[in-house]
Amino acid sequence: MCLQVEQVRLLDRFSNKSTNGTLYLTATHLIFVESSSNNLTSTSHSLVGNISKLSLTTTGCPLVIQCRNFRVVHFVVQRERDCHDIYSSLLRLLRPVSYEELYAFSYNPKQNDQQREEGWQLIDLGAEFERMGVPCDQWQLTDVNRDYKVCETYPRDLYVPITASKPIIVGSSKFRSKGRFPVLTYFYQEKKAAVCRCSQPLSGFSARCLEDESMLQAISKANHNSRFVYVMDTRPKLNALANRAAGKGYENEDNYSNIRFQFVGIENIHVMRTSLQKLLEVIGTRSLSMGDYLEGLESSGWLRHIKAIVDAAIFLAKAVTVEGASVLVHCSDGWDRTAQVCSLGALLMDPYYRTIKGFMVLIEKDWISFGHKFADRCDQLDGDPKEVSPIFTQFLECVWQLSEQFPQAFEFSEWFLLQIHEHVHSCQYGNFLGNNQRQREELQLRERTHSLWAYLLSEKQNYLNPFYSPAYCEAHPVLEPSTLPYHFKFWRNMYHQFDRSMHPRQSILKTILTLRENSHKRFCTLIELLCLLTLVLLFFQRLHQLGVTPLTTSDPPAHPPTRDQRTNSNSLPPRPDSLILGAPVNHKDVQGQDDEDEQDEVGEEAVESTDMERTVEGSSGTESRKQSYGELEGTYNNELAKEEPAVVSLEFGVARMTC
Amino acid sequence: MEFAELIKTPRVDGVVLHRPFLPTVEGTLCLTGHHLILSSRQDNTEELWLLHSNIDSIEKRFVGSLGSIIVKCKDLRVIQLDIPGMEECLNIASSIEALSTLDSVSLMYPFFYRPMFEVIEDGWNSFLPEDAFKDLESMTDEWRLSEVNKDFSVCPSYPPLVAVPKDIDDETLRKVATFRHGGRFPVLSYYHKKNGMVMMRAGQPLTGTNGRRCKEDEKLINATLRPGKRGYIIDTRTINVAQQAKARGGGIESEANYPQWRRIHKAIERSNVLQESLIKLVEACNDQSHNMDRWLSKLEASNWQTHVKEILTTACLAAQCIDREGASVLVHGTEGTDTTLQVTSLAQIILDPSCRTIRGFQGLVEREWLQAGHPFQQRCAQSAYSNSKPRQEAPVFLLFLDCVWQILRQFPCSFEFSESYLVLLFEHAYASQFGTFLGNSAAERAKLSLPEKTVSLWSWVNRHQEIERLTNPLFEANSLVIWPSVAPQSLLLWEGVFLRWNRSSKCLDEAYEEMVHIIEYNKELQNKVNSLRRQLAQLETEDPLLQTP
Repeated sequence: MCLQVEQVRLLDRFSNKSTNGTLYLTATHLIFVESSSNNLTSTSHSLVGNISKLSLTTTGCPLVIQCRNFRVVHFVVQRERDCHDIYSSLLRLLRPVSYEELYAFSYNPKQNDQQREEGWQLIDLGAEFERMGVPCDQWQLTDVNRDYKVCETYPRDLYVPITASKPIIVGSSKFRSKGRFPVLTYFYQEKKAAVCRCSQPLSGFSARCLEDESMLQAISKANHNSRFVYVMDTRPKLNALANRAAGKGYENEDNYSNIRFQFVGIENIHVMRTSLQKLLEVIGTRSLSMGDYLEGLESSGWLRHIKAIVDAAIFLAKAVTVEGASVLVHCSDGWDRTAQVCSLGALLMDPYYRTIKGFMVLIEKDWISFGHKFADRCDQLDGDPKEVSPIFTQFLECVWQLSEQFPQAFEFSEWFLLQIHEHVHSCQYGNFLGNNQRQREELQLRERTHSLWAYLLSEKQNYLNPFYSPAYCEAHPVLEPSTLPYHFKFWRNMYHQFDRSMHPRQSILKTILTLRENSHKRFCTLIELLCLLTLVLLFFQRLHQLGVTPLTTSDPPAHPPTRDQRTNSNSLPPRPDSLILGAPVNHKDVQGQDDEDEQDEVGEEAVESTDMERTVEGSSGTESRKQSYGELEGTYNNELAKEEPAVVSLEFGVARMTC
Repeated sequence: MEFAELIKTPRVDGVVLHRPFLPTVEGTLCLTGHHLILSSRQDNTEELWLLHSNIDSIEKRFVGSLGSIIVKCKDLRVIQLDIPGMEECLNIASSIEALSTLDSVSLMYPFFYRPMFEVIEDGWNSFLPEDAFKDLESMTDEWRLSEVNKDFSVCPSYPPLVAVPKDIDDETLRKVATFRHGGRFPVLSYYHKKNGMVMMRAGQPLTGTNGRRCKEDEKLINATLRPGKRGYIIDTRTINVAQQAKARGGGIESEANYPQWRRIHKAIERSNVLQESLIKLVEACNDQSHNMDRWLSKLEASNWQTHVKEILTTACLAAQCIDREGASVLVHGTEGTDTTLQVTSLAQIILDPSCRTIRGFQGLVEREWLQAGHPFQQRCAQSAYSNSKPRQEAPVFLLFLDCVWQILRQFPCSFEFSESYLVLLFEHAYASQFGTFLGNSAAERAKLSLPEKTVSLWSWVNRHQEIERLTNPLFEANSLVIWPSVAPQSLLLWEGVFLRWNRSSKCLDEAYEEMVHIIEYNKELQNKVNSLRRQLAQLETEDPLLQTP
């Protein structure tokens, strides 16, 4: 099925500019092709959040589509009937009833089964726990949830204190909301302190559970550094109190020995959803005044919530790294705020999670495997709108806020975060489909869809932070961010990602990345030239040995070379002048120059050329980048860089001479 | 010696200095005529040298016999000195108070300062109007340099030489001067090479309530229009404020008398409102006890960012009229010495690539601020901490620098200078060892004989070491007009000034170093590649054997 409507105008959200083009509606995407430039904008249906038809105007029928990646497109369709067709078709396609209809099940990046399988094997959580030093003398792997019998929203493999017997686990799980009993999520090897997570206890006003108390006791005993365990309830106290009336609640310090109980006050999913809505409403206003912007930023509460999450994560990291205490984190069900705080806390403590691969592992562990309800929160299927909430977006934003304070601590740039955010909502890859591991297994996602991580790793070059310094991370393994309010900024590149007119016209990140690439290319050229030079010198030497030509350049041969010598020189494979003048890298340098020129034009035709830049930041620009590396890439590595270039070139030269 | 009378206790031992994000230093505190010095008398530890003129206000606190003086500086830094002994503390405090509020300009440090560096190029002669006019002459012959103000009698706030339309004689200029506020008749501010359009600036017309008109004024500004073309008058006041000004003898150009001009009103705040805004902003930035909501509401209430947006928007409008509409522009507010200059100078940053170089920017500051008669001494007498009632203080120049920083942020590769250059100018406008920002006009500077008696800031900046420090490593000449975004989401708080002392900049500095390193490494490789290529090419030409048979 494909719907095609000609003569559609795409309006810019903040200016009066518009472009004409053709709109295509396919089974999976909405595609707009500009007629003047053939520029193509496509949006997968899963990314479409909201669609509304405005009242007819003289120029046509306006259609506003709000996407989950914060793109807002405003079309004007000439004929009302066409507009209605698009509208109703989109509505039908928007939220499928079953997972099988999502894009991931039809997406085919031309990989064979083996490649796909390898993609899914990239992240191995068993190996991750081993990296942390688990299992160990205090912590063990339990098979209690092998068949998802104890807790169906947890993964199969769970780590618990060795003293926690099966009856204790089962007993504790019955006393916890949704059966989510305390399990290990991060182990801080240096102090043998653990970060555990669970859901709220079903304590009501007075209920208690001896197994649950033993469970916490076991966690406490597993850490010899501290006499007590922190229990962090990430909810505001009021919410926790209200939960008591429903037979839920929080731990009573009198019943649990050796715990220190602490509320940290992160609001619930409904508050967060409304907050983001308010924020988007404010920043979507045309000709917004500075006063309204700042006031809106404040009244939306968005940055306040972000700060609350970071504050909680800092509390967690300090308790573990400074006091050496173990911490148990929970909220209500233990899959939203708990995921935010545990993952962010671990990111502060462990530099590994600040690398590209490590960040994937972190998301896989604390979000995917522990059952953050991606399907519900991101509205993948036609579900309850009250379940939708930007919890994961907040996590990504917290990471971004940290990366602003510590520009050298992260291996990835914000483009990586933006790309993950995009694909959490695009439903193009299987990773984030469904609400928990059990569901994913039922859907056979590993067999039927592709993994995002494989794709992102194949594009790693694009997501590198040029300022990243492993040495910095070694010197500062634990990040200690400041959470003074002015350190939290509005993340323009997320919420206005597609509003080009708002962005800096020249990007430092992009410039530096280009420079780094140039350096790489120049290094290759350097090696190549050194080879060539050696080659030429060797050739001279050879001639000299044959007694034909003197090597001295100051004394050129008085007579023209003989025929024999000419043949000799002809037999030489590379012709130096052609290599010098036509060296591929030389050509690339010129290309680089072009790029820069293009960038300069940004000033004049700001909107048009930033368009191009933005696409590079997204994904499509990567191909050209990869191509320009050429065949030399294989020979380049860091070891080579440290070696004496002369040696390398000599070998190369000899090889050429013999062939 | 006058200073000695003011210094009651010249020296105290055992003073402890507290600075945010830096280790405390214990040492000896010395007061001199112009400096507060704290030295630990140990190697490798920093000494504190603080100009008295940089001190905005001080506070005293006593705990037992230990006194503390909290020194708040014009560059927004706050430091604390713990001084043993009540009497010493009181003496030091009163000395600082007296020395930091000296009334006489000629007692200021620039008159005593002797450069510790070799002056290669005297900054006082670097940006003479006649030199600037030579550049103009090479582009157009429609303008001339008039000496009508050579004794500052026609307009006390103008320089002796100004560029005016060629067909307008000095007699006409004298008449026009009587019709414009402060005698500020319309003069050339900028000539847009691309299309020959110009930007002029002036004081408001003195129409008064009875709608006085001045044929010469009309003739003057019409002389800048091409046949059949219209121009724009950008009034930096709201229409209401401008109308009210009539009652005090001021006014606006009426459509009837200036039919070829379209008047646009854009509201840019001035004087007291700006000073209050600065005070509120700095207060918000310094209060670390704020929660998120309070911080954002304080930031909003300060209105600082609103001013930045207003000024940038107006400057963009002026630039748009010139570059996009192909029209000439006249900018004025009331006096034409504050908001007017913000607009004309920023428009040039947007339009003219040469203003985005280190030297070009100096030229701009010299032309559009110093020569154009921005009263630096009045505006920068106090900063955000002063306890005394503001008189004519206003952070007009700081707002201009903030706006430049916003554009720099949006075009990080198009400026030859980095942020530190802007911060440096901010510091020196408020307190300096150089004479550049002393006085309120060219006339006052001439009277004070500043070029003879003091050193120019430019003499210091334009040395190799300083230029290197201020150069933006990302700079790639961009010959185009640069249009910044003025959406509130695109404008940021200038952390480099307002949060400078409230955050540890270590991480950011290290990242910056890394960036410089990447850029330098890239250049180094390029050089090596080039030299190898040359070597090979040389071998080739020298040995005929390698030539193509």
